[in-house]
Amino acid sequence: MVRPLVPRAPFPLNAPMQDIGSPDAGSDQTLEDRLLAVGRDRDRAAFAALFGHFAPRLKAYLRRQGCDAAGAEELVQEVMLLVWRRAETYDPAQASASTWVFTIARNKRIDVLRREQRPEIDPDDPALVPALVPDRPESADRRLETQESAGRLRAALKDLPPEQAELLRLAYFEDKPHSVISIERGIPLGTVKSRLRLAMERLRKALRDTA
Amino acid sequence: MTVPTHHPGDTLLIDYAGGALDEAVSLAVATHLALCPCCRLNVAEMEAVGGALLEEIEPEAVDPTSLEAVLARLDEHPPLPRAAAPVRPSKPVPVPLIPEPLRRYIGDDPSRLPWTRLMRGMDCCDIPLSRTLSGPPGSRSKARLMRLGPGVGPPHHTHRGIELTLVLDGGFTDDLGQFGRGDLSVADGSIRHRPVADEEGCLCLAVTDGLLRFTGALGLILNPFVKF
Repeated sequence: MVRPLVPRAPFPLNAPMQDIGSPDAGSDQTLEDRLLAVGRDRDRAAFAALFGHFAPRLKAYLRRQGCDAAGAEELVQEVMLLVWRRAETYDPAQASASTWVFTIARNKRIDVLRREQRPEIDPDDPALVPALVPDRPESADRRLETQESAGRLRAALKDLPPEQAELLRLAYFEDKPHSVISIERGIPLGTVKSRLRLAMERLRKALRDTA
Repeated sequence: MTVPTHHPGDTLLIDYAGGALDEAVSLAVATHLALCPCCRLNVAEMEAVGGALLEEIEPEAVDPTSLEAVLARLDEHPPLPRAAAPVRPSKPVPVPLIPEPLRRYIGDDPSRLPWTRLMRGMDCCDIPLSRTLSGPPGSRSKARLMRLGPGVGPPHHTHRGIELTLVLDGGFTDDLGQFGRGDLSVADGSIRHRPVADEEGCLCLAVTDGLLRFTGALGLILNPFVKF
């Protein structure tokens, strides 16, 4: 019998995690803390806790991308192994743990399901045109900011009008560009675009609002 | 260094951040990102949206033996070494003409590529992409480099799908304005655009996800050759 490894209710992004069967269950460690512990100490208990949190979400994500149950199980394991191997490169000032895991899962499924490369920038490329205003260097502050903005983002996501939230989920979960979504759902392309733009405007405002 | 003034726009960037674009279109968007700090910030924020959506997705129970299976495999998978911090040279390194990720596809010296002449002042060169196993042949986007001499404009054409044109060197001007290095032009079926290369000529990455059709008399001659 398959039993859920985590409670069905979603975790708040940066709130204390409740985990089943991990030695430090009930501690107030965030996902980010645990990811850092894996990167720093190869902490298996922290990894198990991350698995408990992310594996069921990754499975749901991969199923929506068209994986069958067995394929999704296998791919979840591959993604979690990458999390283990790459944890050392995780920088909490740049992204929340969920965002970081999302990008790993996205790239892995493009690689495995589509057998395509995903072209990405190389941050060390001398041809990269730098930002006009350089990133603030204080890492501790930026980590806090990243966590706070992730919290605001989740709140803003809940407040989106349903038709915007629905399109946003399709755009991120169904491996279809917005032009295809428009055709398949019978929604005019202009409407798809304007809903996605409006949604992104609200979310961007929430992310950037430092008040 | 100037920053681009023509951008992909939110919807294309969302498709990129979510991973819905195919390799050719992603290549044009990602190479624009290398030249455009403002769109890089946008994509980072859109990836944060992806993280938040993953957080709130309805979880699906995994096989209870799955964690054990992964834990048993951890030792076969040593951590990937952290990339060495880039050495900051004391004097500025020359800026490659072709930014990543395009550079790993075509190198940094376009003059050495196997160009095909399409017409006087207009050459092209197909860019090989990963072999795609899914989808009917010809259904995927194609990527090619285009090289236009000064003042040269390709014959008037329309698009069935979208065409992305990313300027790498020189520039061109069309109904929508002037396009220089890093600028991305997004044309869809509704646009019948007439780009003309600027005085210094134009090197650009052209990606199209539909058949390109030249209109007018020259089109009758060119269409058989330019099968996008």
